[in-house]
Amino acid sequence: MRTTVELEIPARPEFVALARLVVSAMASTDASLSDDQLDDLKIAVSEACTNAIEAHGAISTSERVRLKCWSDDRGLRVSIEDRGPGFDPTTLPDHPPPTDPDRLKFERGLGIPLIRALVDEVEISSSTSGTEVRIAMYHTADGLAAS
Amino acid sequence: MDLGLDVSERNGYAVLSVRGEVDVYTAPKFRERLIELVSDGKHRIVVDLEGVEFLDSTGLGVLVGGLKRLRSHDGDLLLVCTQPRILKVFEITGLTKVFGIHDSVDQAVSTP
Repeated sequence: MRTTVELEIPARPEFVALARLVVSAMASTDASLSDDQLDDLKIAVSEACTNAIEAHGAISTSERVRLKCWSDDRGLRVSIEDRGPGFDPTTLPDHPPPTDPDRLKFERGLGIPLIRALVDEVEISSSTSGTEVRIAMYHTADGLAAS
Repeated sequence: MDLGLDVSERNGYAVLSVRGEVDVYTAPKFRERLIELVSDGKHRIVVDLEGVEFLDSTGLGVLVGGLKRLRSHDGDLLLVCTQPRILKVFEITGLTKVFGIHDSVDQAVSTP
């Protein structure tokens, strides 16, 4: 039987920790995920929720951010959905290389690259009525060995 | 969720020890404390991340902003971090090449 956990949070910064906690608790019931994967998933969820909250703030909507978390044969999947104004995920600015002094001009914009680096699958669907980020963390031999 | 921020002095450095989770909710408090230190004339700062349980890109942004501010005063911001799960976000984003990252406060404050 597939278990799905759904959560709606107010689009406010203080609720990002709750989103991390719920996804992490759900992920910890999946014995085929390693502790390192749980840590990575928490960061990815935090980044996606932060972006969602900022997107809601940009248009002053009181709508909630919706999270859905479920397991399938391949791994754990999480969807984070907002009702913000949307963005084009293919046109994110590149940061200068770390050794370039101009790198320090960029304090933001690391969230999506971090998500992409930390999870096994990322899909971003965005339109003017909102954005859905779907991430997946696959079961690994490490996780299975630890179970 | 609370963020612990303690300041001490070591060998001419202000050492800001951070405890707890750094995310979009707690990052403003962290940013304010760093800015206060710089405004107080502390231009050599060590941020000790050993007590940090979680840090995402908002925390990285605070540190990048702090380093930029300090460099404009000919100062520096050094980090203390040995936790693999925290170091990983610096490695992925290439920021290990931007910050001096040390294994201990003693090692950081011995930097010439």
